[in-house]
Amino acid sequence: MPDDATPREEIHKDNAHPAPTEQAAAAGVSPAAASEAMEEVAAIVEKFPGTVFHSSHGQPVVYLDRAVWHDVAVFLRDEQEFTQCLDVTVVDHLADEVRLTVDGVTPERFEVVANLLSHPRNRRIRAICEVPVDDPTVASVTDLYPGANFGEREAYDMFGVTFEGHPDLTRILMPDDWVGYPLRKDDAPGRVPVAFKGDPSPR
Amino acid sequence: MNEHTVTGLPAAEEERLSRQTDEGAQEMQRAQREMILTGGLWPEDDQTMIVNMGPQHPSTHGVLRVMMELDGENVLRVKPVIGYLHTGMEKTGEELTYVQGGTNVTRMDYLAPLSNETVFALAVERLLDLELPPRATWIRMMLCEISRLESHLLFQATNGMDIGALSMMIYGWREREEVLRYKEYVTGLRMNHNFIRPGGVAADMPDGWEQATLDLCDTVERGMRDYEDLLSENPIWLERLVGVGPITTEQALALGVSGPILRSTGFPWDLRKAQPYLAYDQVDFDVIYTQNGDCYDRYLIRLYEIRESLKIIRQCVERMPAGDYRVQDAKITPPPRARIDESMEALIHHFKLFTEGFRVPPGETYVAIESPRGEIGCYLVSDSTGKPVRLHIRGPSFYNLQSMDAMVEGSLVADAVAIISSIDPVMGEVDR
Repeated sequence: MPDDATPREEIHKDNAHPAPTEQAAAAGVSPAAASEAMEEVAAIVEKFPGTVFHSSHGQPVVYLDRAVWHDVAVFLRDEQEFTQCLDVTVVDHLADEVRLTVDGVTPERFEVVANLLSHPRNRRIRAICEVPVDDPTVASVTDLYPGANFGEREAYDMFGVTFEGHPDLTRILMPDDWVGYPLRKDDAPGRVPVAFKGDPSPR
Repeated sequence: MNEHTVTGLPAAEEERLSRQTDEGAQEMQRAQREMILTGGLWPEDDQTMIVNMGPQHPSTHGVLRVMMELDGENVLRVKPVIGYLHTGMEKTGEELTYVQGGTNVTRMDYLAPLSNETVFALAVERLLDLELPPRATWIRMMLCEISRLESHLLFQATNGMDIGALSMMIYGWREREEVLRYKEYVTGLRMNHNFIRPGGVAADMPDGWEQATLDLCDTVERGMRDYEDLLSENPIWLERLVGVGPITTEQALALGVSGPILRSTGFPWDLRKAQPYLAYDQVDFDVIYTQNGDCYDRYLIRLYEIRESLKIIRQCVERMPAGDYRVQDAKITPPPRARIDESMEALIHHFKLFTEGFRVPPGETYVAIESPRGEIGCYLVSDSTGKPVRLHIRGPSFYNLQSMDAMVEGSLVADAVAIISSIDPVMGEVDR
């Protein structure tokens, strides 16, 4: 790969970038559905100042201030018919070479990502809260979506992000007495000494 | 639910209990459910006992530990404890390139490995904006359904084994063996194939695959007749499963449940129909759903989903498009082996692909497909290098396990075994 070409140009030099609706069609969402999803997101942006809407490969994403995340979740569940919180996870951007930035969002080290699904409307939405590393707390949504329980526990276990209001925020995958947060980028793999040699593993 | 003035049970539960053929069992279950629902008969704390079931108990499907609070023989509360098979696959995924990533994700849900590979490949392709040739899509769709067959056959086997139908275990394994043999014939491996890769599939279907696939479908269908004859009307089977571990649609949705468990509550939600991916909008199949949400329904749903999968597989054989089975993009697809001996360009591309992989534009995406257990999602974040910043798999069993408490409360310890089995958790995917 020549150095003077960016990877994206290298990959896409033969095909133009498709429009969002085309991407949505490729993703299996009808263009009408995609534009409607955008409308929903617009409603959220209107209601909660400080939210930024972003279309990521045809999927609606809202970047939220973490202070309003719980209110947004209430709004999404009760007024927008988002029936399920599929997944709560965290991303650690400590070591990114190129980070995708969105206008109006102050990037922090951690991003708490929640994927919501609306069965009646057949829509998805992704809510992302920026969380700084020196105060890694965000509101828990287990009171609204009990199904987020395990996801938030896993996020706490792996990244040390605390979810306020979670009924049982304990380690879930690692042993209870484990020190450190394994999926953080500064928690290098292979830190556990090999029992019979006392050496850290070479990786 | 927690009103103290409940007299009798909700109509749905009454109806469910009335399907129990054994009067004594019916009375006992009614008394237990009433105790739970009215909340008035909760014993003193010093009269309950906590029992750990697992992690090595044979019917916990691997290494699941279930903490049960018992009042005599009745289960008051359960709490699943997981992590005994935690392999650090998401951390490993950040160490591997996108080319190698398939080898990692295929080990997560080891009963339907091709579903994991599919969701990972689709996520990478979404970030690359790749357009797949139709044949690759159809091969993937067929293999996903083969995975569903394999997984549901194993569910039938282990579910029968947990409840004591040992012939069922033998039968289920018998057919699953044929499916694995077929997969070895197509992909070269019985498990952990790394066959579905970003940009297509690893190889074209072997010669004569149409007949082999149809033969496999016939074999599985013959086997299914055995299962139905053995179990579906079997009085002991009905006693053990009908009305056991009921869950409502509202509970299932709140607890993040997807897949067959959600469909068993009367909620016909299937991503293959609702949000078609691959080419599922071009094939004809039905979404199986039932009304009662008990263990028997979860057994039936998986039984009939095997039949629907066979329908899809046969259509794939019939309508498999000709053409290329992978993207002809030198930056994504490694060159054929013969070209490496002739062309320097091919050698360089091959070397680059297998050392540093291909670069993916920065971005993040979430792709979900319908695995045999529910919605498996892949959340992928890229930073323009050859390795993902974050590879997160939303494992369906991981979230489905949360429904265990809602199902088990107020039943007996022996029913808890049937319920754990009917959730069909795969610990490899739960713990990752």
